[in-house]
Amino acid sequence: MDKFTSVTGIAASLPLANIDTDMIIPARYLKTIKRTGLAEGLFANLRTDKDGNPKDFVLNDPPYDKAEILVTGENFGCGSSREHAPWALLDAGIKVIISTSFADIFYNNCFKNGILPITLPAHIVEQLHDDATRGSNARITVNLENQTVAGPDGGSVTFEIDPFRKHCLLNGLDDIGLTMGEVEKIDDYESKRKLSQPWL
Amino acid sequence: MTAGTPKTLFDKIWESHLVKQSEDGTCLIYIDRHLVHEVTSPQAFEGLRQNGRKVRRPDLTLAVADHNVPTHNRAAGIEDEQSRIQIETLRRNTAEFEVPFFDMDDVRQGIVHIIGPEQGFTLPGTTIVCGDSHTSTHGAFGALAFGIGTSEIEHVLATQTLLQRRASNLRIAVEGELPLGVTAKDMILSIIGRIGTAGGTGHVIEFAGDAVMNLSMEGRMTMCNMAIEAGARAGLIAPDETTFAYLKGRPMAPKGAAWEQAEAYWRSLPSDPGAHYEMELTQAAEHIDPQVTWGTSPEDVVPVTGVVPDPEHALTEAKRSSMIESLDYMGLSAGTRLQDISVEKVFIGSCTNGRIEDIRAVAQVAEGRKVAEGVHAMVVPGSGLVKEQAESEGLDRILSEAGFDWREPGCSMCLAMNADKLRPGERCASTSNRNFEGRQGPGGRTHLMSPAMAAAAALTGRITDIRELV
Ligand code: SF4
Repeated sequence: MDKFTSVTGIAASLPLANIDTDMIIPARYLKTIKRTGLAEGLFANLRTDKDGNPKDFVLNDPPYDKAEILVTGENFGCGSSREHAPWALLDAGIKVIISTSFADIFYNNCFKNGILPITLPAHIVEQLHDDATRGSNARITVNLENQTVAGPDGGSVTFEIDPFRKHCLLNGLDDIGLTMGEVEKIDDYESKRKLSQPWL
Repeated sequence: MTAGTPKTLFDKIWESHLVKQSEDGTCLIYIDRHLVHEVTSPQAFEGLRQNGRKVRRPDLTLAVADHNVPTHNRAAGIEDEQSRIQIETLRRNTAEFEVPFFDMDDVRQGIVHIIGPEQGFTLPGTTIVCGDSHTSTHGAFGALAFGIGTSEIEHVLATQTLLQRRASNLRIAVEGELPLGVTAKDMILSIIGRIGTAGGTGHVIEFAGDAVMNLSMEGRMTMCNMAIEAGARAGLIAPDETTFAYLKGRPMAPKGAAWEQAEAYWRSLPSDPGAHYEMELTQAAEHIDPQVTWGTSPEDVVPVTGVVPDPEHALTEAKRSSMIESLDYMGLSAGTRLQDISVEKVFIGSCTNGRIEDIRAVAQVAEGRKVAEGVHAMVVPGSGLVKEQAESEGLDRILSEAGFDWREPGCSMCLAMNADKLRPGERCASTSNRNFEGRQGPGGRTHLMSPAMAAAAALTGRITDIRELV
């Protein structure tokens, strides 16, 4: 996983509430056995009509087609557990998602792929939506080390993040490698479990 | 938490699975059961291969193909190349990593959340994960069961553990007796309507109260299945006699002395009196009507006697605009009576309502009647064993005579990854769990409801109050 330090880039506003993972990537794009190349399916039903013609959708038009930051409505990523959702976002160049709230599984999946989901209070997210509609001026800077988000006018706010997740993102750490280091504890647990719950 | 503090069912399962707890609250928990299917696992196995890692406990892992499988003329194979590759990949991966696998021609094949309980792989007090959000279904057995992403699948395959943070406890009690024609599906839909699709975020919901405890295991699974639609991390129901009776004798359930020992342990699991929940809600069962969704989120739900709500009455501007968008997608206008909405398709099945009891409920409504002209009504059993059981009871004959299309088991039109899908603009009465835009096929319009209600819609060609037919 790539290290995440800071991002300065175009932000796009997607104010809809409850954007679910079927909207982020419809099921017909889940038939792949790879993690890459999923940008094609990103928001497919919002981007194109049933004949494949582009619809009026923010990520279709410059400068937002190059967006690296998404500012979204509440409960972003609800629905299925498909990690294809963060894969598709990442493949399309999105590195940060800002919302008032996220669905649990999606939130988790972001960190495993080097995407930073940021939760902020409603009035700040509203301001960022505003910032994210300023065309080529819609540039936001996110700094993970300092836990700050700065809008085009320079004003900056801080966000909260779990220290362990921050550490993993900053260093591009692979969870599995870390847990493999705990193998003795897992062995121990398994031997105890064998005695206390032999039916498992 | 000190010894002697009353604990919830969730607290007990959580604490008994801690391998390690870090100061910042990150926990390494042990996973007792891991279910695997073809859509979310290929990249996880690939990751293992790239890093030269093995599956730590193939004996605690069970794989099945369900999302992509055809539900018709299976002998002909899978036409869609990508679907076929996904299933072949799972077959190859499970062989290479020595993971037990129910292949397409195995009678035990079926939807992952139906076969786990059916085989007794799902047991009380365990932690169960699967790369699928509806893993919450298994919570019906008093197991802590939740969906994970593909990176986490790889983590579990490699280490049999998962990094997690502790969730909060939310208790929802439904008290009293359910009225005639009202089912577990209606209960859970009405709860989602009340608390919203983010209402349970960060929580494990324990469903309680006599209306819940009087449900069969099938009904309990329907409730826990849709806990995820309320945003919850998992759903839970305390194990009791109903749970034990369901599990006893299942192929993978403990036997003999091991059963006795397990049952004694399971009896210690229910929440202690006075245990603390961060949030508690109560609902009266007698006030629940059969429920139907009108929009594109499971929280967009009203009683079948109701009308399509008016966006102008929405509490927030965001809700108002999303309602307008939903109604536009659904081709509906505010004030329309639900029962005046006609349907062309009916889908009965899925991990929410594809179990034997659901098929029986449908057959009971269908018996001696006919599917309305112009309606295509599919019944897709949740597993090969559900299908076999239904056929041994003659339910397939009743359904076929009434004009229902009796299919092979799988996820089918719940998410339309196989050939079963709605065409743009088609309207469907569905027993599945998600009415998201395009969920059952691009442009398709989904109304979620109970199996009996879906059967009634098939017979009349419009959304119908089941209480008028029984
Ligand atoms: S039946 Fe539907 S919800 Fe259940 S596992 Fe299959 S696709 Fe997912």
